[in-house]
Amino acid sequence: MIEGLGRWFDTRLHLAKFARRALNHVFPDHWSFMLGEIALYCFVVLIITGAYMALFFDGSSKQVIYHGSYRALDGVSVSAALQSTIHFSFDIPAGLLIRQMHHWAALIFIGAIVCHLARLFFTATYRRPRELNWMIGLTLLLLALANGYFGYSIVGDLLSGAGLRIGYAILLSVPIIGPGLAFLFFGGVVPTDATLPRLYALHIFVVPALISILLAAHLTIIWRQKHTNYPGPQRTNKSIVGSRVWPSYAAKSTGLFFLVFAAIAALGGLVQIDPIWIYGPYDPAAILPGAQPDWYLGWVEGAMRLFPGVNLHFGRYLVPEVFFPGMLLPLLVFAVLYAYPFVERFLSLDDKPHHVLLLPWQQPFNTAFGCAASMFLLVLFFAGGDDVIAVATGRSVVAIRTILRILVFVAPFVTGVIVYALCLWKQRRHSFTPLPEFSEEPAVMPAGQVQRQELR
Amino acid sequence: MNEGHKTVPSGLKNEGFGTLLVVIALIASFAAGVGCLFLYWTGGGNMRLGGTLALFFGCLGFALVVWSHQLMEYREVVEPREPLPSPQPERESSEQTFVAGAAEIQRRSLLKWMLAGGGALMAAMFISLMRALGRSPEASLSETFWKRGQRLMTIDGKPLTLASLQPGTSVIVFPENSIGAERAQTVLIRVQQQLIDLPRSRANWAPSGYVAYSRVCTHAGCSVGIFEPETNLLLCPCHQSTFDVLRAATPTGGPADRPLPQLPLYADPDGTLRAGGHFSDQPGPGFWGM
Repeated sequence: MIEGLGRWFDTRLHLAKFARRALNHVFPDHWSFMLGEIALYCFVVLIITGAYMALFFDGSSKQVIYHGSYRALDGVSVSAALQSTIHFSFDIPAGLLIRQMHHWAALIFIGAIVCHLARLFFTATYRRPRELNWMIGLTLLLLALANGYFGYSIVGDLLSGAGLRIGYAILLSVPIIGPGLAFLFFGGVVPTDATLPRLYALHIFVVPALISILLAAHLTIIWRQKHTNYPGPQRTNKSIVGSRVWPSYAAKSTGLFFLVFAAIAALGGLVQIDPIWIYGPYDPAAILPGAQPDWYLGWVEGAMRLFPGVNLHFGRYLVPEVFFPGMLLPLLVFAVLYAYPFVERFLSLDDKPHHVLLLPWQQPFNTAFGCAASMFLLVLFFAGGDDVIAVATGRSVVAIRTILRILVFVAPFVTGVIVYALCLWKQRRHSFTPLPEFSEEPAVMPAGQVQRQELR
Repeated sequence: MNEGHKTVPSGLKNEGFGTLLVVIALIASFAAGVGCLFLYWTGGGNMRLGGTLALFFGCLGFALVVWSHQLMEYREVVEPREPLPSPQPERESSEQTFVAGAAEIQRRSLLKWMLAGGGALMAAMFISLMRALGRSPEASLSETFWKRGQRLMTIDGKPLTLASLQPGTSVIVFPENSIGAERAQTVLIRVQQQLIDLPRSRANWAPSGYVAYSRVCTHAGCSVGIFEPETNLLLCPCHQSTFDVLRAATPTGGPADRPLPQLPLYADPDGTLRAGGHFSDQPGPGFWGM
């Protein structure tokens, strides 16, 4: 039957050659190549759960009186968005499971992208010819971050209400164009009824469409350029070593898809996330101490807490304090990431194509820089919960903040120095020959490993 | 080394055990799937639904991975990479094709410019559509709400008088015509009158120890929700900025740099509290041209 079907399509599309090449495509086997796949599969889960939820969601902030099976909110005035979300969670079969899976999938989606990005960075995958896909990947990360924020903002609960106001304040703070930008985006001074439908359209249509298009480009380019190889025997710039897609790799990857699905289902079923019915509707009189954004925005939140109150005045013009940590810092972080392949090439004068990866210790400066930057973001992430840390340790928020303000500069520096030293130590131990991939011969590996190969 | 590919000899794999594992996993997956569907149709709870769904997919995934690892031959292949740049002749020939076509367009320069004009118009139309998305910000951003003479009302619509609060307590108030308007929300606090230390120009803004400030944080726009009577500080729960209630809500800690706008107050002879004018500044987060 499958043969018949194959012939039917081939008669119409001339597919045989393409299909053979696809089935024979060579994939290198290394666990770290799964990180991107996990992100991809999370996106699939997001699309499935999100599409189902969209059939029930009412993205409007007009006030209605809640009546439903969640007794504690019965008779309370809430937004239509919140009403429909609580209705979906409690009165649609498996609704809560699907909603929690959607939120968990979003957290893991971005987590997997960040791990994938770190893997690419610390193995110098971004070098020629992969700069293009590096930049597409970064854009995908940006879109994922934005859509995560839109997603938890449209629900209309207390937490998302605070998030919306902070997002508005950040956009408003941009010099010169800030007010116009904030109005264009949020539809007026927040809170306004214009905001939620707009974010909803972005969340379920515009951004997912952009992600899908870029994802297609991302995968096509990977297909075209083929994967990189970790250094090892027979891995050179002119060859790729791995196993063929059909059948074992395909079976393994499909298995991974189901395992990702299973992990998200387990989290969605067993671990509560974003209990909006406990937060209740947004109400300016209510306060929510210890509130944090989703994890992937924690570093921005932390920067906003650590950054001192510095307003810049230019005559009658003002650059408010939130601009620097809320807008300038994220822009800088992404600017550095986008520019990295080009700066690295400029500094190293290395413009050759590379298909064999460097291990972290083979490129001490890059690794040290990457670790220092990660440590910087990690300290900011913890600063995003400084009030929670203060409660947990029994110290004052002021004390915790002072410590973190020092750490945010000291910790990255110390990390960078230690990592650099470790890389050099490891290099000396392995008498590393730099850049083995340029030889026509198979790459020269550290002595110990080559010997082990021969013994086998 | 070997000649191109490396296979894991099937003797190393335990095919019988592998097959058994796959079969068990598939049966477990099937059972969990049936259980999940049953729970769905009978109104099962979130945990059971999630648990069975996870088991269904987990066992299925496990079976596939074991199948791939234990029952399929692993063959490592070395394949040459085709160079990415196209061969020189191919490149040149496509360049020539493009240049030849472009030359034809080039010859009709009037048409070319008209086409470009059409493209520009299309872009202008697209950008024009953005106009409807945002009103001009100026007017609504510089609103300062309150007018002189407006009474201070609670969210339930009760007017406040000099007798409403004890020192060390606070309440959220709104202008009498716009109760519940978020950006007009104001916190009314009564403190010991002799402690108040306002600038001279605001000396008569605090009758009988009553002071009123905008409740929208000047940092990122959260509600400055917490009043600590022991320290006379207003605290924003979002980023922990603190404002000194006794000294015109000057920021004393945290990231905020601008004081909360103050609302001048006066009391009628009968004690009713009224606004003495609008906020001393625009409430909420800062912006260019504030």
